[in-house]
Order: sequence, then C-alpha cells, then structure tokens
Amino acid sequence: MTDAPLLDVENLWVRFRTRSGVFDAVRGISFTLGKERLGIVGESGSGKSMTGRAVLRLIRPPGMIEADRLDMHGEDILTAPEKRMRKLRGGRVSMIMQDPKFSLNPVMTVGQQMVEALRAHERVSRSEARARALAMLDEVAIRDPERVFTLYPHEVSGGMGQRIMIAMMLLPNPEILIADEPTSALDVSVQLQVLDIIDKLVRDRGMGLMFISHDLNLVAKFCDRIVIMYAGRIVETCKADELRNAQHPYTLGLLNSVPDLEHPREKLEVLKRDPAWREAPSVSARQ
Amino acid sequence: MNAIEIHDLNVWFGSGPDRANAVRDVSFDVADGESFGLVGESGSGKSTILRTIAGLVPTWSGQMTVAGEQLGRRRSKAFYSKVQMVFQDPYASLHPRQTVDRVLSEAMHLHNVPDIDTRIVSLLDDVGLGSGFRFRYPHQLSGGQRQRVAIARALACDPSILLLDEPTSALDVSVQAEILNLLVDLRREHKLTYIMVSHDLGVVGHLCERIGVMKDGRFVEVLAVEEMRRLEAKSPYTRHLLESSINSIH
Amino acid sequence: MSTSQGLRDWLLSEEPTSRRQARFAAWYKGWLTLRSNTLAMLGLFVLAFLVLAAIFAPLLASHDPFAQELGQRLLAPGEDGHLFGTDSLGRDIYSRLLYGARISIYIVLLVVMVAPVVGLIVGTVAGYAGGWVDVLLMRVTDIFLAFPRLILALAFVAALGAGIENAVLAISLTAWPPYARIARAETLTIRNTDFIHGIKLQGAGPVRIVTRHIWPLCISSLVIRVTLDMAGIILTAAGLGFLGLGAQPPSPEWGAMISEGRKYILDYWWVATIPGIAIFAISLAFNLLGDGLRDVLDPKEDNA
Repeated sequence: MTDAPLLDVENLWVRFRTRSGVFDAVRGISFTLGKERLGIVGESGSGKSMTGRAVLRLIRPPGMIEADRLDMHGEDILTAPEKRMRKLRGGRVSMIMQDPKFSLNPVMTVGQQMVEALRAHERVSRSEARARALAMLDEVAIRDPERVFTLYPHEVSGGMGQRIMIAMMLLPNPEILIADEPTSALDVSVQLQVLDIIDKLVRDRGMGLMFISHDLNLVAKFCDRIVIMYAGRIVETCKADELRNAQHPYTLGLLNSVPDLEHPREKLEVLKRDPAWREAPSVSARQ
Repeated sequence: MNAIEIHDLNVWFGSGPDRANAVRDVSFDVADGESFGLVGESGSGKSTILRTIAGLVPTWSGQMTVAGEQLGRRRSKAFYSKVQMVFQDPYASLHPRQTVDRVLSEAMHLHNVPDIDTRIVSLLDDVGLGSGFRFRYPHQLSGGQRQRVAIARALACDPSILLLDEPTSALDVSVQAEILNLLVDLRREHKLTYIMVSHDLGVVGHLCERIGVMKDGRFVEVLAVEEMRRLEAKSPYTRHLLESSINSIH
Repeated sequence: MSTSQGLRDWLLSEEPTSRRQARFAAWYKGWLTLRSNTLAMLGLFVLAFLVLAAIFAPLLASHDPFAQELGQRLLAPGEDGHLFGTDSLGRDIYSRLLYGARISIYIVLLVVMVAPVVGLIVGTVAGYAGGWVDVLLMRVTDIFLAFPRLILALAFVAALGAGIENAVLAISLTAWPPYARIARAETLTIRNTDFIHGIKLQGAGPVRIVTRHIWPLCISSLVIRVTLDMAGIILTAAGLGFLGLGAQPPSPEWGAMISEGRKYILDYWWVATIPGIAIFAISLAFNLLGDGLRDVLDPKEDNA
C-alpha cells in the first residue's frame, strides 16, 4: 500500500506475571497498518484489546511488552522515552474506548475538555482551539455545537458522547486512530451513525484505522482488511470482501454462530474449539 | 390458556416532579408455551416490564395475571415457584462468595425441593455443565458458564415461566449461540413459556414467535416473527430498527 | 514431601469435589496471597509474637510485675538483670510489658466483639430496610460520629467510673459508627445487584438475605477496617490509661506505664519509651496486616 507503513509490528508479545506463572495475553503477532481500515476481531480474551493498548504502550505493570519491532512511521516506540510517548498518544495516535461515560471527565464541560486536549498537543491560542473544536463537533454531525460545548458529559446521550469522543480524539489531526469497540455500548440505530462518521473522517483525512471489535460481520462491512485473533495469536487474515472465502474453522464458526433474522436456523452452529488452534503459529498480517 | 396477561400496565420511578414514566399503558398476552420477545433501544422500558412482573419494581398500576394468579403488591412464594428470571450480566448475577453448589442448594431449599443432592447433579447436566462444576466459585467460571449456572438456578424449582433479560448480550457470539441453543432445548424439554428482552433483533427472532417493539415506554407494534423476517413492519420505527440490524448483520 | 505436595494439589484443584474442599481451597488461596505480601506477614509475625508473649508471660517474666523494690528504682536497661530497666517504684519493665500485652490483647478482643458487630447490624439493617428505619438509625450514628472519639470516651468513663472494662465499653460505643457507615454503604450497592434480586426471586425473606448474602460481603471490608483501626483503638485505650481513666495502677497497661514514666522522661528515658515502642509495634503490626488482608479479602480482585 504505502512504502513506510504507519505502524509496523513484528512478533509482539504482551505478558503478565501472575502467581501461577507468566500469562501471555498476546503471543507473537505481526501486522502492519497503512492508510487503511484494519479490523481486529476476536472473542473476549483473544488479546485484541491488549494489542491496541500495546501499540500505545498503555500496558501497566505487571504487564510487559516485548517485540522484535514496534515502529510508528519508522520511529521505534518500544524504547522511546515515556515523555515522547505522551506526545505521540493523543497527538499522532488517538484511541476511542468502548464507553464514553468512562473516558470523559465528569466535572469538566465538553468544551473545556476539547480545548484542553488540543492545547496539550499544539501551541494554539484559546480562541483558535475553541474555533477548531466547534468545527470538529460540526464534523461529527452534532447539530448545535455551541450548546453542546457548554454541556457536562452526564447531560449528553451515549451516542452523542461517543461522537464527542471522536471529535476530541481527531482534533490534533492524528495519523492513526485506534477504536476499541467504539459502538458496542450504543443502540443499533445509533451504532451505524457513529460508524459512518468514523468512516467518513478516516477516509477524508487519509488516516490509518485500527478497529477492534468482537463483531465479525460489522468489521467485514466496515474495514478493508481483517485480522482474526484467537488466544493471543492471529489465526487468519484476509481482505474484508473475501471474508466469505475464509478457511479457518474458527472464522467460519464466528460467522455462523450469529443468529440471522432473514435466514432462521433451528439450531445455531456452535464452535468446537480445537486445541490445535491455540498452538498453530501466528499468521503474519504484514503487507 | 394464557400464561401471562398484562393490561394497561404503567410503571414509574420517583414521585412528584421527579416522576419518570418508564412504561405507559402497555397491554399484551403470552399464551402457554409461547415465547414472546420485547425489543427496543435502551431506555424504552423493555427490561422494566420484566422486572415489574418479577416483583422487583413496586411502583406500578394496571392488571397483571401470571400463571392464573392476579398479581398484587407482593408476590407469593407460590408465584416464585412458577416464574423465574435470568439476568443480563452473568458477572453480577452470582454471589461472588458462594459456590455453584451453595447457589443451587439454597434455591432448592427455599422451594422445599426434596433430595437436593441428586437434583443438583441432574440440573447441572441439564444446563450442560456436568458435576465437575458443582463446587466452583463464580470467579472460576467463564461468562457463558456463569450464565448456565444462573439458568440452572432459575430452573431449580421447576418453573413454568422464564423471564429472560438480555441473557446473552454480555457474551461472545460463539457463547451466545451455545446459550441460545440451550434455551431452545430447555423450552422444549420443560415446556416453558418465555418472555425475552433484547436489543438484538437477530437473537429475538431466533427464540421468539411474537415480538413487541417498544419505544419510550409504549408498544409501537406487536408482530409475528415471520412478518419481521419478511420485513413487513407497519410502523416506521420498527422498519428503522429492522434496517439498522439487517445492515449491521451483513 | 509427597503428602504435602498431594495436599497442595488437592487444595489448588480447579475442580473441587466436595463442599469442604471448596472451602479449604478458598482459605488456602487467601493464605497464599497473604503470604506473598512480605509486610503483612511481618505484621502477622509481630502479632503472633505478642500473643505468645502474653500467653506465656508467667514463664517469660524475669520478675513479678507488681513487686516494688524501691532500692532498685529507675535502673537503666540491662542493669542488675532488668532487661529493660525498672520504673520509679523499682518494678521490672520487661515483666510489666509482658503482662501489659495481656491487657492490650484483652482490650482488642473485647472491642472487636462489640464495635464491628453493632456496626454491621445497624448498617446492614439501615441499608437494606431503607425508609424511616434508615433515617432513624443513621441519625443516631451521626450523633455518635459528631463527637470527638476520645472526648466521648472520656465522658463515658467519667460517668461509668474508671477501669479497663468501662474503657473498653467507652471505646466500643465510640468506635461502631464508622463501621455502621461502611456496612450501610456496602449494603446499598449490594442490595441492588442481580444476585440479590436472584435470591429474592427464589422467595428468600429479608432476614435471610441480610444475614446470609449481605453480611458475608460486608464482613471482609469490616475486617480490613477493624485491623486498620486496631492501632487507633489501642492508642485510645493507652490514652485513657495515660489520662488515668483506663486501667488503674498498679496494672501494667502500656498507656498507664507511659503516663507514670512521663515525670522522669528527661533523665530516665526508658521508663516511658519502652512501653511506647511496644504500642508502636502492635499498632504498626495491625496496620500492616490490615493492608495485606485488603488484598486477600477483596472479592473484586479474585479473578487473577
């Protein structure tokens, strides 16, 4: 796709030391992220969220990150000092979490938070930051930005909160957006709207998107490329439009276990987990 | 015969100026052995209806007849041996300090079930867990296993009606499939009547024959699952919901 | 070796086969967590040491703690076979310290049997019942909380008369309100959880729900709080002793010992310092243990 990928990860491990030994949450995965929409799919415990956090070096002790390579736009971030990481986080890479309720500060108005967030990364005047924040709110389809600007997080609905989060995260013009289940706390009808907004912004700005979700169908519809994770490894990777040709029984199982309104089945297919999946070497998703 | 008859049910929270009407003038019947679904977005009042039937919300008016019993402010012990509920969050629905054995034996003890020891083993088999899980604590179980225990607890007294409050929404899709299959099997084996609440039309469509669509505490419409599959909804809101979920599924 | 290994496997089994095994396994895992916390183990060790010292005081004491020998007064530590020296009446401080440990432990046990229990009952009943019961019980709690602890204890002791039992009663009466607050706060969150709804739907009554389902969850936070408060309780008892309102002379209560030594503190430091160190040690030990217990008893942390 591009010559220097936005993100280049090789043999990434995330380990946790516990009483009963070392637990490996992510076990040696490799992938790249260009200016594309990359979906990372898996069940809970598959290590997908840990992957997203590891890229931002947001794993707290006793967790450890190890990798042969962890480059962001050619810059090694595995050994970068914490100060540099703070600059990158929210500056060149932004993350949207599942529930806006927990990511927004409850005692600051939406406007204050957005201005603060922007000024933490760029030297801009208050009035300019305000103007950019308002413009950004407008871009995420918030009808009355001036009014929303003065609201507190508890005064906005879930869908609106998530759109505010998106606006806030995109303010400093990041190159990479990591969205960890950005719509699963939202109602179905709001979900689509939020996804459309993310989609439009990512396209318009030519960003790289890492979309982490448990919903394979949603990801297939929304992303260019899909990585399927199981037990900390990548079991399969494919282009989104080729998902129907997926080979791995785990991928097929995930696809077929969803109840489908239009094609009812007497009995839903149940995954028969093969211990061999766990041991099979991780598939590389580098391009 | 109808297992459940609800007439002009109103449910509210708070009083005076803070009063919030969660359910307004809702009426519906559920036949014996039927499976009825309630769908709607968060805050539409669908879960509140279940909780009111179960007796967890005291502030309601209207008429409710469940399993031939006219419901008042308090529920009798006999009511709870006929009606049971499964909750949404399997991580919150089991006491963190009690083993599976303790949870099930206490439920049976309260309903004066004889021969508790053998019943527990057969109950665990029924929900597909096996007796190896009998003495485990909730933190030693996965989400799906916890939900199976919660279902076993609900079945401990051999009820005829099961109220299901989003029983699979906190689970992975593959685990969701297992639980849905289990619920289908149990319903056939035990001749159960279900009311199931969900925001996922696919899940409701899989398990229920008739579906009530709710918005802002009211019924928008009630339609049969076949009508829903053919996308033959009368109200624009239902159509909007259907389109969103069809879209999100494919 | 092989039997202990077998026992360990039995205890750590993921598939217990009986109620007993499940219970023992839960205790054993708690013990492992506690053991991995060095500071908590230090606290436990110090406390065990003090309890043993109190039990075997008659065997360990080198002198009669009450025997006065005016010729031997105010001897420095180590002099004439007095390990920690003697006080103004020539009594052996080491022996008095050992017997004093008995009093401290006695006070602790009595307070533990009264204050948290009262607090637990008041708090859970108020929290679960709600309505006017809650208002009434909590206002009473507030009244007790509004007084400074030592002053209220002083008032009680003044009314009831000086002495250890009355001091304990006074401390307990002033110590229960924070426990009631904690228990109520916990109850308010627990009573709206689905597992309480679940048992309610099995037809369980309020008494059963409170005693069997809410208490076990409140007790852990109370135990932690009690061990952390223990230091304060011992200090309050010592304070009362120091003010002459707790244990009465010649009883070797540590606070009273400091009080007596106060007059000589500039010339004979050990008379007040050594019981002071003992109070410091027991308080610190309880604090460290309380911190460790928090890790063990917090059910939210269980998933590791």
